Amino acid sequence: MTDSKYFTTTKKGEIFELKAELNSDKKEKKKEAVKKVIASMTVGKDVSALFPDVVNCMQTDNLELKKLVYLYLMNYAKSQPDMAIMAVNTFVKDCEDPNPLIRALAVRTMGCIRVDKITEYLCEPLRKCLKDEDPYVRKTAAVCVAKLHDINAQLVEDQGFLDTLKDLISDSNPMVVANAVAALSEIAESHPNSNLLDLNPQTINKLLTALNECTEWGQIFILDCLANYTPRDDRESQSICERVTPRLSHANSAVVLSAVKVLMKFMEMLPKDLDYYGTLLKKLAPPLVTLLSAEPELQYVALRNINLIVQRRPEILKHEMKVFFVKYNDPIYVKLEKLDIMIRLASQANIAQVLAELKEYATEVDVDFVRKAVRAIGRCAIKVEQSAERCVSTLLDLIQTKVNYVVQEAIVVIKDIFRKYPNKYESVIATLCENLDSLDEPEARAAMIWIVGEYAERIDNADELLESFLEGFHDESTQVQLQLLTAIVKLFLKKPTETQELVQQVLSLATQDSDNPDLRDRGYIYWRLLSTDPVAAKEVVLAEKPLISEETDLIEPTLLEELICHIGTLASVYHKPPSAFVEGSRGVQHKRLPGSAGSGESVESPDTGSAAGVSEAPPAVIPSQGDLLEDLLNLDLTPPTTTGPPPPASSGMQMGAMDLLGGGLDSLMGDESEPPPIPLRTDTPQSPQLPHQSPSPPDYSPTEVGPGDHAGLVKLGGDLGGGPAMGTGFGAPPAAMPASFNVPVSGGLDDLFDLGGGVGMPMGVFNPPKTVWLPAMKAKGLEISGTFVRRAGVIQMEMTLTNKAMSVMTDFAIQFNRNSFGLAPAGPLQVLTPLSPNQSIEAALPLSTVGPVMKMEPLNNLQVAVKNNIDVFYFSCQYPISMLFAEDGKMERQVFLATWKDIPNDNESQFQIKDCHLNSDAASNKLQGSNIFTIAKRTVEGQDMLYQSMKLTNGIWVLAELRVQAGNPNYTISLKCRAPEVSQCVFQNYEMVLKN
Amino acid sequence: MIHSLFLINASGDIFLEKHWKSVVSRSVCDYFFEAQERATEPENVPPVIPTPHHYLISVLRHRIYFVAVIQSEVPPLFVIEFLHRVVDTFQDYFGVCTEAAIKDNVVVVYELLEEMLDNGFPLATESNILKELIKPPTILRTMVNTITGSTNVGEQLPTGQLSVVPWRRTGVKYTNNEAYFDVVEEIDAIIDKSGSTITAEIQGVIDACVKLTGMPDLTLSFMNPRLLDDVSFHPCVRFKRWEAERILSFIPPDGNFRLLSYHVSSQNLVAIPVYIKHNITFREGSSQGRFDLTLGPKQTMGKAVESVLVSSQLPRGVLNANLNPSQGTYTFDPVTKMLSWDVGKINPQKLPSLKGTMSLQAGASKPDENPTINIQLKIQQMAISGLKVNRLDMYGEKYKPFKGIKYMTKAGKFQVRT
Repeated sequence: MTDSKYFTTTKKGEIFELKAELNSDKKEKKKEAVKKVIASMTVGKDVSALFPDVVNCMQTDNLELKKLVYLYLMNYAKSQPDMAIMAVNTFVKDCEDPNPLIRALAVRTMGCIRVDKITEYLCEPLRKCLKDEDPYVRKTAAVCVAKLHDINAQLVEDQGFLDTLKDLISDSNPMVVANAVAALSEIAESHPNSNLLDLNPQTINKLLTALNECTEWGQIFILDCLANYTPRDDRESQSICERVTPRLSHANSAVVLSAVKVLMKFMEMLPKDLDYYGTLLKKLAPPLVTLLSAEPELQYVALRNINLIVQRRPEILKHEMKVFFVKYNDPIYVKLEKLDIMIRLASQANIAQVLAELKEYATEVDVDFVRKAVRAIGRCAIKVEQSAERCVSTLLDLIQTKVNYVVQEAIVVIKDIFRKYPNKYESVIATLCENLDSLDEPEARAAMIWIVGEYAERIDNADELLESFLEGFHDESTQVQLQLLTAIVKLFLKKPTETQELVQQVLSLATQDSDNPDLRDRGYIYWRLLSTDPVAAKEVVLAEKPLISEETDLIEPTLLEELICHIGTLASVYHKPPSAFVEGSRGVQHKRLPGSAGSGESVESPDTGSAAGVSEAPPAVIPSQGDLLEDLLNLDLTPPTTTGPPPPASSGMQMGAMDLLGGGLDSLMGDESEPPPIPLRTDTPQSPQLPHQSPSPPDYSPTEVGPGDHAGLVKLGGDLGGGPAMGTGFGAPPAAMPASFNVPVSGGLDDLFDLGGGVGMPMGVFNPPKTVWLPAMKAKGLEISGTFVRRAGVIQMEMTLTNKAMSVMTDFAIQFNRNSFGLAPAGPLQVLTPLSPNQSIEAALPLSTVGPVMKMEPLNNLQVAVKNNIDVFYFSCQYPISMLFAEDGKMERQVFLATWKDIPNDNESQFQIKDCHLNSDAASNKLQGSNIFTIAKRTVEGQDMLYQSMKLTNGIWVLAELRVQAGNPNYTISLKCRAPEVSQCVFQNYEMVLKN
Repeated sequence: MIHSLFLINASGDIFLEKHWKSVVSRSVCDYFFEAQERATEPENVPPVIPTPHHYLISVLRHRIYFVAVIQSEVPPLFVIEFLHRVVDTFQDYFGVCTEAAIKDNVVVVYELLEEMLDNGFPLATESNILKELIKPPTILRTMVNTITGSTNVGEQLPTGQLSVVPWRRTGVKYTNNEAYFDVVEEIDAIIDKSGSTITAEIQGVIDACVKLTGMPDLTLSFMNPRLLDDVSFHPCVRFKRWEAERILSFIPPDGNFRLLSYHVSSQNLVAIPVYIKHNITFREGSSQGRFDLTLGPKQTMGKAVESVLVSSQLPRGVLNANLNPSQGTYTFDPVTKMLSWDVGKINPQKLPSLKGTMSLQAGASKPDENPTINIQLKIQQMAISGLKVNRLDMYGEKYKPFKGIKYMTKAGKFQVRT
């Protein structure tokens, strides 16, 4: 006989029948009846009408019957609160029962009855149970506190249960400790700042002792709790790690992953040269690999976490590539994750294997997976330069298969490979062109069109190819249309003679027949560029493109650090900060990895510790993507790496649209105090967006307006007399103008603003002399020479403006293009008087470093636009990088030492400074003036070694070792930095400072 | 912690629900059904599904989805491990874990779930303890209960719950004292077209069946413990002793349990027990394809390869297969395109082969995908990694137990690409 019999009574008076049975005198009949009730309950039938009858059965010696009644109570008490009171007496009585099992059962069940009225009666029995002599009861009671807190938090606090719970952490029984920790953790989640789990070395010790003896689930709670602790120093950190490592061999994967979390976090504090550190790294790999042989669901969670671990510490799994190879019957979610990790682990050493695997995957059945595999081949090519050739030939093989979606994906990634390695693999273009007709997805079509346009000069029939796309122009997606427009313009610039007709056609299609504002505006811009100054057009459209970066889809470092602290949680599965998504986690504190500084740090200053940790993380401040020029003039294809905000191309376009009304530009650049006039354009669908780009001085949002586009506008504005000078203007991408500063102030005041000379300069500071930035002949008579200085933490650009023309100049304004370190004017250009012919004026412009960032070449290049009443002029200049050395750039000795070791040797660069006749102290003093701080000096065999640090305004630290040998005028300098790009600049700066 | 549990069968009916905190409406499962619809295969349903207020974490076992509902940040592995434990317990109690078995024992299921979780916190998940609390249903006991009116719920506090060896109950008594250990290894491998090994690793376990009186303390040592560098232990194993001496020292749970699982990674040299010669080709323009498979033993240390089963998912374009096995039987399912060939034992003198033709849809182009061949096999009396138990000793009790060790090698995910 089975329980299925309980379901079979489907007669009309079922409830009635049950009622009769429940009130039967026979114990056995009663029990059967309760079982029937429970069975009905489990399948969702409403049997709440039987409440009083079932509760009547509660007072029994029969444990099973009691349990069944409790089950029923938990389910229905909420809907019958008044009736539930009837049960209270029995509960209170049961809490006094001599059998601890019954005491525990009673307190457990009471907590599950979520009725306010009952909770009051619960307090006394609960208090007793928390201090019960039997640990089984105590452990049950601990969980009950969490239940009660969920129902009535205030009550729990008032009754002092929280303190009792904290005391239980020191209980002698490990199970009780584990449950107390679990209950406190759950309560703490709803009180993020309550400091409930006040961890100190004593409690940590207790937890670690309990860890060895409690159940697997208890171990998870304790490990998760340990992960919140910040050890005082590296020794404590190591001792905790030592006691946690045995958990890596636990059969329960959740225990393993929680242990991995604790180790990954505490490892940050260990000095990298410690033997133990290396041992620990080795110990982490096997358990992670083992997780991958478990069930697919476990594998999935493990893989998501491994993805994080691999990003933070690639060395752990670098030899384990093979375990990530995909089995054909893995579920798709496992396959995709494995693929992702394979690419992250790909290196020169294993690339051959990886490529062979990827090629295999590309012939599988699942379309999503195949696509991702093909993309992965492209990512390998971009990541491992040595493999690029092999990747390209693999891709070509795949294209030969003629499987439609494989071909399309291959073409999309080949486009990226072309970007990364220009002028290397263009020989494959012919093969690509053969597949032109089979492309039906916009991304692939756009990629192919980009390739044709970019290499138009090498493709004999480029015009025919593009023309074939043009036939169905209006049916294409926007992406393809924009790309086609740009490609044809490129083609025209490369082969002007044969393609005039084609370009006419596309321009008219884009401007006259299209409803898409982006397309139309871009068409107009090209049209004007081409019709007014083809040379300029060439320089703008065919400009060199910035390189695309190697690693893709990397998680931003601070988020990664936070996620490492949350290994094994939902956050780690979704790769989102925990605060972002789980409901009920009200204001979760952001966790951070502890600083790796080590012994020098104390508990009192966790902030400095973590700050050091952060600053040592690879800086992500110089995006090599998101280049505006590229967005506007070149590519609509999203490069594979874009993580930043969407490119502002459309706002640039809107400028063009406004300008059609004439004078729009001037009004836009005019009064800063008034909102910009919104042109009345009934046919402009984008007009609601216009206020967005109003030029408000504080944030200079118009900088985002595309330079080339802007230049076109200037032309359009009616300045037909531009002549050849304009051509050069196009070369250097200018920036849009900020608001104008035509407030008339009487003359003579300008001297006040001219701080020139050496006023207020600290001793030994070297500032380069002024050089001519903008010669008069290029700027209709305006000559600008200038230099950069840093005074008391403020960067200033000091300029001399000279009027060498015949007419008065007024209305000066200045704007910078985006640059590597986000330099931007901190205020308007203070040229307050009209500048008469042959007059010079000094101007000092304070700069901030919070402007938009874009990597420049060279790094310290700054492109400036200056406007006056005559025209807009563009020039570029280079600032000494010492302008960006912050005053707080002196690193702690310990930190310096750890950082120096931590930065990989690949990032070290060595330079020679020749003909320098200072001794080491003088050099040190001189450098100090430029905020290059000497941290330590060591003399070895007559050679002085100076260890120096400096910090850039964007938080990048540069460490230097300067070797000075008495009598030898040649210094050797070694620079180490997380961002090795800056080394060259820093070296130049050293040279400049030391030689002047 | 775990809020609720829903059990869903293959046809998408929720046939059981259990709530440990407040009741969560069934409608939350709609998100699961959506995901299920999107997934092409039942096993492709993602294990973690977000909904606006909850997260659904599911495992698929025995064609039943076990869907746990959680509301706050809970480690997903914790939930998945717990769900596995639920499945194991059901299997342990009812012999099978099927919808029918669960429905037949619905009250026991409820009692079990209630005992396993309290307010979402795991309470008692060790089968030893659970069995003391709730007696597994047996025909005999059901009859006795009906006659005597006694109950299948234990009256006593589960003794193991509080002792330092929570996995073992006290007062165990047997007349025949026996301890059996099974060393079972599974080879996971990917072999490429040309027959070379791309990756091969071994997942090994030592399962034990220990029926010993009292509180025995066992030690198990190996001839070659160096093989075991990546191991997961049952909580009973003393880790320190292992670290120091490479000896497994433990007080065993009563009955069946998994003492140890280990992993021999692809970096070691893993022996491959069989080779396969294959020739599966389609010609352009022809509606026929050739199929030719031959199996042979490779590194088996002289042991026989048994229970060999070869299966392969043929390309979608294949309508039928007309094959001729030299031994065993084969089946081809024209709907799923699954070919499976039950080979049986491999005779090294007369290698088994399967040859013939496949018919394609007329006029269809040549299929793009290359089918992968999956092999299952068994080799008795051998652990392919070479692991060997040296000796088993018992301390703490006076009697002489009967001891036995068995070795077995199986193919896990053993795949040959063509």
